[in-house]
Amino acid sequence: MLVIKGLKARVEDKQILNGIDLTINPGEVHAIMGPNGSGKSTLAHVLSGRPGYEITGGSVTLDGKDLLALSPEDRARAGVFLAFQYPVEIPGVNNTYFLKAALNAVRKSKGEEELDAMDFLELVKAKLKPLKMDESMLQRAVNEGFSGGEKKKNEILQMAVLEPKLGILDETDSGLDIDALKVVADGVNALRGKNRSFLVVTHYQRLLDYIVPDQVHVLAGGKIIKTGGKELALELEEKGYGWLTGEKVNA
Amino acid sequence: MTAKPQEPSVEKVTTEEYKYGFVTDIEADSAPPGLNEDIIRFISHKKKEPKFLLDWRLKAYQQWLKMKTPEWAYVHYPPIDYQDVIYYSAPKAGPKSLAEVDPEVLKTFEKLGVPMEERAMLAGVAVDAVFDSVSVGTTFKKKLGEMGVIFCSFSEAVHEHPELIQQYLGSVVPYNDNFYAALNSAVFTDGSFCYIPKGVRCPMELSTYFRINAAKTGQFERTLLIADEDAYVSYLEGCTAPMRDENQLHAAVVELVALKGAEIKYSTVQNWYPGDKDGKGGIYNFVTKRGACRGDSSKISWTQVETGSAITWKYPSCILQGDNSVGEFYSVAVVNNMQQADTGTKMIHLGKNTKSTIVSKGISAGKGQNTYRGLVRIQPAAENAHNYTQCDSLLMGDKCGAHTVPYIEVKNNTAKVGHEASTSKIGEDQIFYCQQRGLSKEDAVNLIVNGFCKEVFRKLPMEFAVEAQKLLSVSLEGSVG
Ligand SMILES: Nc1ncnc2c1ncn2[C@@H]1O[C@H](COP(=O)(O)OP(=O)(O)O)[C@@H](O)[C@H]1O
Ligand SMILES: [Mg+2]
Repeated sequence: MLVIKGLKARVEDKQILNGIDLTINPGEVHAIMGPNGSGKSTLAHVLSGRPGYEITGGSVTLDGKDLLALSPEDRARAGVFLAFQYPVEIPGVNNTYFLKAALNAVRKSKGEEELDAMDFLELVKAKLKPLKMDESMLQRAVNEGFSGGEKKKNEILQMAVLEPKLGILDETDSGLDIDALKVVADGVNALRGKNRSFLVVTHYQRLLDYIVPDQVHVLAGGKIIKTGGKELALELEEKGYGWLTGEKVNA
Repeated sequence: MTAKPQEPSVEKVTTEEYKYGFVTDIEADSAPPGLNEDIIRFISHKKKEPKFLLDWRLKAYQQWLKMKTPEWAYVHYPPIDYQDVIYYSAPKAGPKSLAEVDPEVLKTFEKLGVPMEERAMLAGVAVDAVFDSVSVGTTFKKKLGEMGVIFCSFSEAVHEHPELIQQYLGSVVPYNDNFYAALNSAVFTDGSFCYIPKGVRCPMELSTYFRINAAKTGQFERTLLIADEDAYVSYLEGCTAPMRDENQLHAAVVELVALKGAEIKYSTVQNWYPGDKDGKGGIYNFVTKRGACRGDSSKISWTQVETGSAITWKYPSCILQGDNSVGEFYSVAVVNNMQQADTGTKMIHLGKNTKSTIVSKGISAGKGQNTYRGLVRIQPAAENAHNYTQCDSLLMGDKCGAHTVPYIEVKNNTAKVGHEASTSKIGEDQIFYCQQRGLSKEDAVNLIVNGFCKEVFRKLPMEFAVEAQKLLSVSLEGSVG
């Protein structure tokens, strides 16, 4: 499904990704772990097409399609969803309105019929419940004045509504208390399926107790330096990243 | 920032040409260019005005001769040669009904998306269209007439209700108020008049579409709106104009009077030709709008969406005379390319327990300069006056400017005055966030801008709000790379 080959990228003359190779098959969950500043968010941004990054090598395909040739919105419409590490506030824009506009943009691109307000509301309310989100969240402005936890839940709500092929979660667990973490993990697990894959970026092993990955990759210095099963996360928890990078780095 | 898939950031000037750029070819019966007492007599004679009005015009003219163009506003333009302006032009035949209206005129309205009959009927809106200084169509007059509502062209009111004109004309904006108001008082050709009798809630939105036509014709409308005791009216004013090479002067005056317990909602969508990318052409919009809350517990609410004109100089104001009276000003002002806007309001608190609210949203794109200028004055007798001012600016790109000039004069220490201001740049991260959810860049910008303006849009009548949102997206098209 997602095939990344030799991906290199830089920001403002600073080389950050130094040749990433990664293949995610349909239905798989891959975790990316790594020390601060190792390039995890950069990878997530480059995959989703955030402006400001220069691709200096390699390729990325989604179902055989050249992802890097697409605009950010076309990547989203093709099924790439990024749950942001820092979700953005959009004052004055109603959360429901925003989500409906997004869903309809995606549907339209697939030649599907757009949903009207009633149908949409029904759909979104059903998605809200398992996330233990209050309906009043729908009437608020996008992320405006949301607590850290509410923002992260809102990202998962959006993902649940948009039903992407590939969900990229960038440190969705950071700033969540244990209860919220479980709710978010349940939300993600409910979306797991044979045609949907996930790339879970995290700093801590904790999240992977709940969202159990098929593979764990360690990113350091813009490269994947180790790949293993879910046990690798535990090992990292115990030993830190130092034993892999050869430096002393705090996890 | 050079990789092919990622889009370049920040501005690329708009490529959207003015949508409504076309000129109706209609034979005009014009006065020669220039201004003197004879021209004023000519106008007054053409319009068969009573003597009091001619005298008033002449007084205004004499006053105007002694006045200077205001120079305190943050707008720049070459001096205007007032002797090069044509002060009167009119279509030859004076149509009395829509059926008599020049088909070309009607066609123009259609191009503008204002099919009068249809719009009027579908939306239940009465339309008083000012075309080239002379009203050509007034509908729904009958229905309004049954309720005692008078809604007609200004010239008609001069003939049919001279006593109301004499009583109220210039009572809010005196003929010597300022340079442009004095000019307007001397040479105004037409406009709208509206009177809502005691206790009547006007059942429909009253709407006027303005249009400037015939090359080099200054447009000087005069609007007078009176809401008698406990009356209510919602009035809409909207306009758009043909493409033009030369700058066109527009100096309108709007006077509102709200008597005891009356409420006036006055909404404007202004979309005159803003000039081309280099600022060539475009309307100079020097408007004086003022409302007097004359009676106790009266209310006047101004809502404006200003997207057009090369230069906007406009401060819809409220004089809060009556105790417990309320004044509101909700504004969205957009400048793109070389547009300049200096706009805001004046809230003058005279009565006890008077309240005013000011919400100003300025959007600057291209090389546009946007200034909010507002005065809040609490006079000594205004016990317990309240004002709240919120003034937000949104910048798109880094060649534009936003300026905030609040004047606050408090002469009674029981007053509560609050001012909040913010300036933000439209965020690349906000745009990307929207795109990541599947929205196009244009849609993302519209969404963010509309969110920014929401507090103002929600004050507009429904159909106007939709129009305003569309206008905004047209005005800003292409302004973010
Ligand atoms: N816009 C930017 N300009 C300059 N450096 C950046 C920018 N974005 C990220 N970086 C740098 O790139 C490196 C990787 O950052 P990031 O991908 O956010 O790491 P992680 O998510 O793994 O903590 C860091 O050293 C960071 O400082
Ligand atoms: Mg990160």
